[in-house]
Amino acid sequence: MSGFSTLLYKEVLRFWKVGFQTVAAPVMTAMLYLLIFSHALAAHVEVYPGVAYTAFLVPGLVMMSMLQNAFANSSSSLIQSKVTGSIIFVLLPPISYRAFYLAYVLAAVLRGLSVGVGVLLATMWFAPLQFAAPLWIVVFAMLGSGILASLGVIAGIWADKFDQLAAFQNFIIMPLTFLSGVFYSIHSLPPLWQQASHWNPIFYMIDGFRHGFFGVSDVSPWQSFAIVATCFVLLSAFTLGMLKRGYKLRA
Amino acid sequence: MTSALLVQRVAKRFGAVQALDGIDLEVRQGEFFGLLGPNGAGKTTLISALAGLVRLDSGQIQVMGCDVVADYRNARRQLGVVPQELVFDPFFSVRETLRIQCGYFGIRQSRERDAWIDEILENLDLTSKANANMRALSGGMKRRVLVAQALVHRPPVIVLDEPTAGVDVELRQTLWQFIRRLNRDGHTVVLTTHYLEEAESLCGRIAMLKAGRVVALDTTANLLHSFSTHALRLRPAPGALLPAALLGRAENKDGMWTIAFDRFEEIEPVLAELRAAGCSLDDLEIGKPDLEDVFVRVMQGKAEAPA
Repeated sequence: MSGFSTLLYKEVLRFWKVGFQTVAAPVMTAMLYLLIFSHALAAHVEVYPGVAYTAFLVPGLVMMSMLQNAFANSSSSLIQSKVTGSIIFVLLPPISYRAFYLAYVLAAVLRGLSVGVGVLLATMWFAPLQFAAPLWIVVFAMLGSGILASLGVIAGIWADKFDQLAAFQNFIIMPLTFLSGVFYSIHSLPPLWQQASHWNPIFYMIDGFRHGFFGVSDVSPWQSFAIVATCFVLLSAFTLGMLKRGYKLRA
Repeated sequence: MTSALLVQRVAKRFGAVQALDGIDLEVRQGEFFGLLGPNGAGKTTLISALAGLVRLDSGQIQVMGCDVVADYRNARRQLGVVPQELVFDPFFSVRETLRIQCGYFGIRQSRERDAWIDEILENLDLTSKANANMRALSGGMKRRVLVAQALVHRPPVIVLDEPTAGVDVELRQTLWQFIRRLNRDGHTVVLTTHYLEEAESLCGRIAMLKAGRVVALDTTANLLHSFSTHALRLRPAPGALLPAALLGRAENKDGMWTIAFDRFEEIEPVLAELRAAGCSLDDLEIGKPDLEDVFVRVMQGKAEAPA
């Protein structure tokens, strides 16, 4: 195996060995969200004509779980290995910074997708789902997870303590995901917040992903794709630049 | 022949601290080389620079002729580093850890790979722990796994950064037996240690670092000969005084007088002086030159080093 494939394998094995914590637990959390929100709101809210609120909720929850877990995977792996010092085993071998980036991001995307598929399988029994444009589902799942995985690499390298990483996660990632239209359509928001939502890239990930299921969305999937793809390219370039310089990894 | 390590005018500053200050060093292939110095002398920084963990402000380092920056892939393949800290990945067993480390160096799964891993495990007395999780191992066992990880890709140059710190006697012996064998087989070994007796018995050549500079560099034998002599140590009985003729060349420490000498023939006249003065002794011993003495003298700047 090459350095890249070994690092990818190691990162996948790392989360797979603690699958209850890294895959099963987020699936359970998403199910609880679905049960509680659909129980409280299903009778009162119809976001898109002909789409039950519970069904509307499922893609949002799937995407939110994927994003949060993709971020958690790369960030926690890096901070743990930095704090324990075992990052040295990856820094000593002849692994290029590109291979390093790809392995961490791909492993995080795989965890995101595993959780996403788990949430989808567990929640689809509660709501009839359509798959209007499956390609958009795949594209937004991959790009969204890739973006959060890259952010995880940045946060994992930047943070010196678990506390700093938790701040990154709780004060940046969580608000952005919760305020991105997982539980509502932004058309139901006051104009100011609608406008603010358009500055949140996660809104486009979820909106485009949801379009793949129902064929309807708040903005055009092509617009969402352009914004999400641009974010991915910019974040990847930024992360690769950090890794090339050896920021906080090679003194 | 290409040098195993070639360090040229290497400098590195961390804030106000000049960790490496123009170091020049050459380690020849097949050498067992010691890198000694007090804490903060720059040993670990130098090793980190060899391994690409630290980026230099200036200077160049080559490992087996490969530049550690321009040709980092080949340079890192030539190098196996045992880090000073006891680090491990808690998710994997010993065998998984070693297989993963092989993969990082591009070594594919094969019978040869598995046989080499088995051989390393056997030589480091880890066979019975091969399938144990890293978390379940004692400190000494974890240290052995670190050594094993540094050897999986059969590097021609092995760097051991204080590998026996906090390790029991049995492991030290097992470890040094194995490392000596690797050295006999042609591997170059670079060792840093605070156990100077280990460095004295293992290393053919030694460099001493102080404040980021090489302050002594020579064969172990030459260092011992240049900076240290045999010593006659004697403790006069209560009330007995050392003859005036000997006082000029003797040093007193805690009531024990030390008289340095180069040849054993010099002992008899000293004893004759003592007899003539009627100076009876409580204790007398002959001390051999040792590296600790050399180290202390070099670090205190009492001796000019042939660096």
